[in-house]
Amino acid sequence: MPDTLVTRVAAATPAPLAARVRGLSDRTIKWLFIGPTMLLLLAINIFPLVWTIRLSFTNFRANRPNATVLGVGIDNYISVLTDPDVWQAMQATAHFLFWTISLQTLIGFGLAYLIDRKFRGHGFWTTLILIPMMLSPAVVGNFWAFLYQPQIGLFNYAVSFFTGIPASSFEMIGSVKLAPWSIIIVDTWMWTPYVMLICLAGLRSIPDYIYEAAEVDRASKWRQFWSITLPMVLPFIMLAVLFRGIENFKMFDMVNLLTSGGPGSTTELASITLKREAFEKWRTGYSSAFAIILFVAVFGLANIYVKALNAVKNR
Amino acid sequence: MRSMSQHLAAGFAATLLALGGQSAHAQGKTITLCWAAWDPANALVELSKDFTTKTGTKMKFEFVPWPNFADRMLNELNSKGKLCDLIIGDSQWIGGSAESGHYVKLNDFFAKEGIKMSDFMPATVLGYSEWPKGTPNYWALPAMGDALGWTYRKDWFAKPELQSEFKTKYQRDLAPPKTWDEFKQVAEFFQNRKIDGKTVYGAYLFTERGSEGITMGVSNVLYPFGFKYQDPKKPYNMEGFVNSPDAVKGLEFYKSLYKCCTPPGLTNSYMQEGLDAFKSGQVAMQMNWFAFFPGLYKDPNVGGDKIGFFLNPTEKTKGVQLGGQGISVVAYSPNQAEALAYIKWFATPEVQKKWWALGGYSCHKAVLQDPGFTKSAPFAKEFLESMDSVVDFWAEPSYAQLLLAEQKRVHDFVVADKGTAKQALDGLIADWTKAFKEDGKLK
Repeated sequence: MPDTLVTRVAAATPAPLAARVRGLSDRTIKWLFIGPTMLLLLAINIFPLVWTIRLSFTNFRANRPNATVLGVGIDNYISVLTDPDVWQAMQATAHFLFWTISLQTLIGFGLAYLIDRKFRGHGFWTTLILIPMMLSPAVVGNFWAFLYQPQIGLFNYAVSFFTGIPASSFEMIGSVKLAPWSIIIVDTWMWTPYVMLICLAGLRSIPDYIYEAAEVDRASKWRQFWSITLPMVLPFIMLAVLFRGIENFKMFDMVNLLTSGGPGSTTELASITLKREAFEKWRTGYSSAFAIILFVAVFGLANIYVKALNAVKNR
Repeated sequence: MRSMSQHLAAGFAATLLALGGQSAHAQGKTITLCWAAWDPANALVELSKDFTTKTGTKMKFEFVPWPNFADRMLNELNSKGKLCDLIIGDSQWIGGSAESGHYVKLNDFFAKEGIKMSDFMPATVLGYSEWPKGTPNYWALPAMGDALGWTYRKDWFAKPELQSEFKTKYQRDLAPPKTWDEFKQVAEFFQNRKIDGKTVYGAYLFTERGSEGITMGVSNVLYPFGFKYQDPKKPYNMEGFVNSPDAVKGLEFYKSLYKCCTPPGLTNSYMQEGLDAFKSGQVAMQMNWFAFFPGLYKDPNVGGDKIGFFLNPTEKTKGVQLGGQGISVVAYSPNQAEALAYIKWFATPEVQKKWWALGGYSCHKAVLQDPGFTKSAPFAKEFLESMDSVVDFWAEPSYAQLLLAEQKRVHDFVVADKGTAKQALDGLIADWTKAFKEDGKLK
C-alpha cells in the first residue's frame, strides 16, 4: 500500500472507531457531511421564514413584549393590500426597477461590446469602469447627496455647463419630478459595470470560429450582431437582469441615505416602507405580512423568469 | 467554649472580609450611561468625573449620533439589553418605556432620598418624567432641558445700510422678529441678498423626512398659530383641533416660509445641516435646539458678537416645541443601586449649577430661578422664557407610529407639494385615529 496521507490517517484511526465507520452506509456518510449545513440553513433561513409567517397572522409588536398577542387571521394581509401607501411604494419600486434595469442593460451591454474589442488600454478602462460597483452603497448614497446639492454639487454644475440652465435653479433630490430620476441615475452609475461584466463574459464565450464561418458566408457585421452575438449573449443578459431585478426590488441603503424616501414619499420604495413599519412603527405583525407578500412576489416572478431563461438557453 | 469563640471570631472575620470585599467591589464598579452624541454629552462626561471621585463608581458612556439614537436605544430596550444602566432617553419615549417596563419607577426612590419634583421646572417634569402625563408617576429625573429657539446674525442686522433699507421698506427697525409676520418680512428681506460678496438666505427651517425633523419644525409654527393635539375635555378627540382653521393656517405659513425664504436644496435637513448653514454664513436666521447654542456662541467665525438669539415668534398665542430628556434607570441593569446613586448625586443643586456652567441645560429651579441666571449666558433669558411655553409631541407608547405619520403627511404637503394643508391635517387625524385604535385608546 503506498504511503499517502489517507493511508496514514487510516492507520492512525483506532480500530473500534474504524470498525464503526466501516459499518456506516454511503447514505449515512452523505448525511453526516451535509447535516450541519442543512441544520444551519434551517436555523438561519427556514426558521425565520416560518416564524415570520406565524407572526403575520398576529397583532404582535416587538416593542411591546408584555402585551397580549392575539391572532388576527388574514387582517394584516388585507390591510397591506388595501393600504394606499403600500401601493404608492410599489409603484415607486416598479418605476425604479423598470428604468434601472433598462438603462443598466443597454449601457452595460454597450460598454461590454466596446470593451470586448481589444484596443490599447482596454484593461485600464475596464478597471476604471468597475470602480463604482466596488464602493459601499452607504458611501455612494452620501456622496451623491453632495453631488446633487444645488449650490455646491458637481452634478448641477455639470448640467449647467452643458445646458446653460443655472445650477441652483433645480433640485435633483428635492423635486418631486426629478427625485425618482436621481435615484435611477445613481443606481445606474453604480451597477452598470456589473451588468457590463456579465455581458462581457457572454461575449467572450462566443467561439471565434462562428464569426469566421459567418465571414466566409459574407454575413455583414450588422447581420453577425443580430444572428450570432445577441442570441448567444441573451442568456447572460437575462441572468444580469434577474440579478439586478432581485437586488433592486429590495433596494434600501443607497436610496435611504440619498433621499430618505422623500420628497414626501416620492422615492419611498417598498423596502423603505417595510423598514419603517417593522423597525420604526414596530407593527411587527403587519410588516411580517408585508414581507411575506413581497417574498411571494419576488419568488414567483423570479421563478417565471428562470423558466424563460432556461427556454432561451435551450433554444 | 473555646471552639465556640473560635467559630465566632472566624465568623466575624469572615463577615468583615465579606463586607470589605463588597465595599471594594462597589468602589471598582462601572456603570454605563447611554445618550445621544452631541455637545451636551461631552459636558456630561466632564461633570461625571466628580461622581467617580465622590463614589468610586467609574462611568462609561455610550453615545449614539442623533439620526440613529432612537433606533439603537429602543432596540436595546426592547431586547432587554444590559448595555445601559442609565439612559437619557427622548421625552417621547416615556410612555412606551414606562408601559413596557423598560424604566424603573422612581417614586419610592425620590421619596426615600428626599428628591422633590417641585424643585424642577413644571414643564420639564411633565415632559420628561411623568407617565401618564399629569399624574405623579415618575420614570425619569429631568436632566437636559431643551426647546427650539432661534439664532440670528447680529452683525448683519446691525449693518447701517441694511437697517436703513429695512426701515424704509417696513417702517420699523431691523430687529429679531417677535411675531411670525415680522419673521417672514425679515426672512424675505435677507433672501438672496448679497452680503460681503456672498449670496445669503433668509431662514433655516427643519425639513428632514426620516426621523422627526420636519415635525419638530412645523410644530414650532403650529403651536403659536393655535394647533392643539386633542380636545382637552375629551382625550384623543382630534377633530377640530389638529385640523382647526388656525392649524391649517400655521401649516400653510410654514410652507410659505419654506418656499420664500430658505436656501436651495433644503429638502431633507435637520439640526446638523442647520448648524452647517449658519456656521458657513449662509442664513440670517436659524431654527435649532438651545442645546447647540453654547457651541455656536463659541464658534470663531459666527459666534461672539456676531450671533444673537431670540424666542420662537408668537402669533395667536405663545408656543415652543419641547426638546430635552430625562435620565432614567434601565430596568434590566444589574447595577441599579449605582445608577440610582448617580441620579441622587445629579439631582443636587450644586451639581445642577455645575451642569449649567459646563454647557448642559439644567431643569432645576435652584439654577433657573437664580437671580443671576438670565445674565449667565447670552441665550439664558430666551431659554428660560421658552421653557414657560413649551409643548411636546405625543408621548404615547405608539409615539413612533404617530410621529412617522406626521413626518409623511407634512413632508408630502410642504416639500413635495401634494394636496392642501387641510388635506394633510385631515389625513393626519385618520392616521392617528388608526394608531390609537390599534392601541386600544379609541374604539
